[in-house]
Order: sequence, then structure tokens, then C-alpha cells
Amino acid sequence: MNFPETLRYTKEHEWIVMESADIARVGITDFAQSELGDIVFVDLKSVGTKLNANDIFGTVEAVKTVSDLFLPVAGEIVEVNEALKDAALVNKSPYEDGWMIKLKVSNPSDVEGLMTAADYRAQIGQ
Amino acid sequence: MKRTPFYHLHQANGAKLIGFGGYEMPVQYEGILAEHRAVRESVGVFDVSHMGEVEIKGENAEAFLQKVTTNDVAQLVNGKAQYSAMLYENDAHHPDGGTVDDLIVSRISPTHYFLVINASNIEKDLQWLYRNKIDGVEIINRSDELSLLAVQGKNAEAVLQALTSVNLAEIRYYHFAHGKLADVEMMISRTGYTGEAGFELCFPNEYAEQVWQAIFDAGKPFNIKPIGLGARDTLRLEMGYALYGHELDEQTNPMEAGLGWIVKLSKGEFNGKAACLKAKENPQKKLIGFVLQGKAIARQGFEITTKEGQVIGRVCSGTLSPSLEKAIGTGFVQSNDAVVGGTCFVKIRGELCEAEIVKPPFLIKQTHSIKAM
Repeated sequence: MNFPETLRYTKEHEWIVMESADIARVGITDFAQSELGDIVFVDLKSVGTKLNANDIFGTVEAVKTVSDLFLPVAGEIVEVNEALKDAALVNKSPYEDGWMIKLKVSNPSDVEGLMTAADYRAQIGQ
Repeated sequence: MKRTPFYHLHQANGAKLIGFGGYEMPVQYEGILAEHRAVRESVGVFDVSHMGEVEIKGENAEAFLQKVTTNDVAQLVNGKAQYSAMLYENDAHHPDGGTVDDLIVSRISPTHYFLVINASNIEKDLQWLYRNKIDGVEIINRSDELSLLAVQGKNAEAVLQALTSVNLAEIRYYHFAHGKLADVEMMISRTGYTGEAGFELCFPNEYAEQVWQAIFDAGKPFNIKPIGLGARDTLRLEMGYALYGHELDEQTNPMEAGLGWIVKLSKGEFNGKAACLKAKENPQKKLIGFVLQGKAIARQGFEITTKEGQVIGRVCSGTLSPSLEKAIGTGFVQSNDAVVGGTCFVKIRGELCEAEIVKPPFLIKQTHSIKAM
């Protein structure tokens, strides 16, 4: 399973990466998509929603189960991935085409405090 | 947790395993959607060895089964099977007419019947059978000795015919034959839980690997796949088939679950008959099917409401139908206003989601009607 070194991770299986000084991209990990199985629907909060770290920013429906999505750090949603109308993209490409939201991060240094790829691998026992 | 004789084959095929009915079972291999499509378009193999098998033998076997099951056992002939149910009556802990289990009753001879029951209900069913036992009847639990594979899909017959000299075309829907397949003596039934053509094969555990291997070798030209419980559920729900613990349970009468056709009120006395007559005249709830407008899935236990949010029932089963690409489900409602063609709402994470009320099956298959039996 693939866990890019450039990303930071949460224990709830989201990843985040800073793309500019204060804009981050967020999605779920390869492990998460694999555990969920076939994803059929991604329901995300709207652009403009301001949330705290660990707040729910959406849900992901797989055939067998549903899972909430938890925001890695505080911020405001500035874009949602419209391509996820085809929810299977999350299974096929969790780190690229299957990203979920872009976030204006309240405090960019918060991202540094999250798990590295090595930490995350250790947590899920991979 | 118990394992079926196919456990190592599931592992070798990359299955994700979960607990189900006391067994460690494959919920999926490649993925639920791909497996669902394989069965609808070609052929797939399900390990359903977790299900229970019970033999009923003796001179009073028919009388006994007439008393403990709802369908009319007298309509069976040798080699014919029927879908049926066992209901409570005079039980301290359950309402009269509540469903002990749903099952398939097969007649091998007038003094020898074969029952297939749900894995999670094996102990409970046996207790109930023993409590109702009469003289001249022997009850033999074969659940731990027998394997059960379901081979389902339009190419199932072609795959299996290559492995047996039994003429499968002669086995009609809900009929069975005993014969050799893959060099193993077994019971070959034209039954299933998918709405597709197909067979269920029952044989001793020791031949599990031999039979599995032969089927997958013969199925190679048809791209045969192993299918997990996840796709088993989406396939059965598209057909509107009841699943014990969802559409049926100890509090639910089959008349309420749309299964009046397996309750033969004219056949004489049987457990739960009075309750069935009552439920027919004055049902306490009714089962509906619904198709949601959005793609959020209605899960078991979610509230079914009116447009105003008044709760009128609860969801029994819900999934995304891979064939229709729509969120479908079943539920019990107490309202007479919930009629086919009308709308209801399902409360999904606080939001009322609109759905059209329909009469299952959700997917119309031309192959057969289980009710024809």
C-alpha cells in the first residue's frame, strides 16, 4: 500500500498536504479506501464552511458501510472536488484524482504536528 | 469463530473476512461491485457453508414439517423443494407468529426431508424443532459436516455441466437431484438467492477443495469469480428477497413481510396459523420497497418519515443497487398512506431524503419467479 512521504496523516485515515502558504488539499488514505471497499457516494460540506480540527467535513458511503470524514486541521473549505460525482475515483486514486476538499488553513503550522508517513504506517501496522 | 472448509481458499483469493452468523466469512474479494456484475453478467461462486443443514427422517416426517413450517409440505414430491418459514406459537419469549427462521425444505423421500437454515439461527432452530418433535421423527443436524456452494449466473449451468453426467437442464427451478459432480456424490439443487439461473451444491466437507478447484477450472472460459457476502446482499436485495434479521425476525410475521405466499392457511394446523390469520386481516406493519432520489444509502434502523418528518417506520435493508445505480431499500411502515407509487422520506444523518415507494423486486429478471413454486 502506498503512503507518500510528502503528505501528513491523521489517525482517522485522512491525509493533508500544503499546496501554497495557506491552502491545503485533503483526502483519505489508500488504507481507508481499501478498508471501505467500493465507494459509491461522497457527501462533502459546502464551500465557505468553517470548521475546527476533528470536525466532520463530509461522509463517504461505501456499499457496505458509511464513514464520517474528519478535518485534520482547522480552516475554511474553499473548493470541493466536483469530479467525485464519480465516487469510485477515491478507490482508484486516493491521493490524486480522488482528493476531496481544498482548505484555507487557519494555522499552517498545525499541519506539521500531524503524523508522517512512517508514523501512519506504524499506526495501521503496515 | 468457526471457519468453513473453504477458509484457506478465501485467504488465497485475497478475501476480506468478517464475522457472520458465528463464522469467519468472505465479505468481498475483488470488490462488491465487480463481484455483483460477474454474477449478473456471467457466473460466480459463493461459499455458503455457514448455513445449517438438518435432516428430518421417519414415518411422521411430513406431519411434523406440516406442523412446524408454513408452506404446504404435501405439495412436495421427491426431488422438489420449497421456500418456507418456521413460526413461534406458545413460546414465553416471542409473539405468536414471530419468525423463528426462513428455510428451504427439500423432499428426498416421503420419510426423508432436508432443511437448509440460516447460520445465525442453527442452535435456535434445533431447539425449536426438538421442542415440537413428535414420535416417529428423527432430527439430525448435519451443519458441521456439509459444505454448500452456490454457483449463480447465466453461465452456471454450462460450467457445472462440464463436471457432471447428471443432465442439469432436466432439473427444474426449485428441484434437485443427487449425483456425481467433480467426482463427488452430492445434492444438486436449482436454487439460489440472486435472481439469476444457478445451482446450490451440497456435499461432505472433505471434498471442499476438490469441488472448488474443479468449478474454477471449468469456469475459466467464463471468467468465473468467487463472490463474497457483500455482493450476495446487493444481489438479493435487488430481487427483494428477505434476509433474516432484516425483513424477518422473531417479532415479524411473514404476512407482514410480504411472504404471505409461503403461508398456506388452507393446509390445516401449523405453528403461528392463528397469528397469520390475524395479521392478514389486521396487519400491524407492512413492508415497502423504496428508491431514493439521491445516492446516500439508507441503512438498517434509519427512520422512514412523512414529508413533515413524522416517523412512520424504519429501514430493514438498504444499499446502492449496482445494477440500477440507485440507492434502494426496504422498510416496515405503520402508515396506510405509504402506498406504491407514493413517496416517503428516509432520515439520513439528519436530512430527510425523498424516496419513491415501489413494490420489489427492484430489478426485473425474466429468468424465474420464486413464487411459481
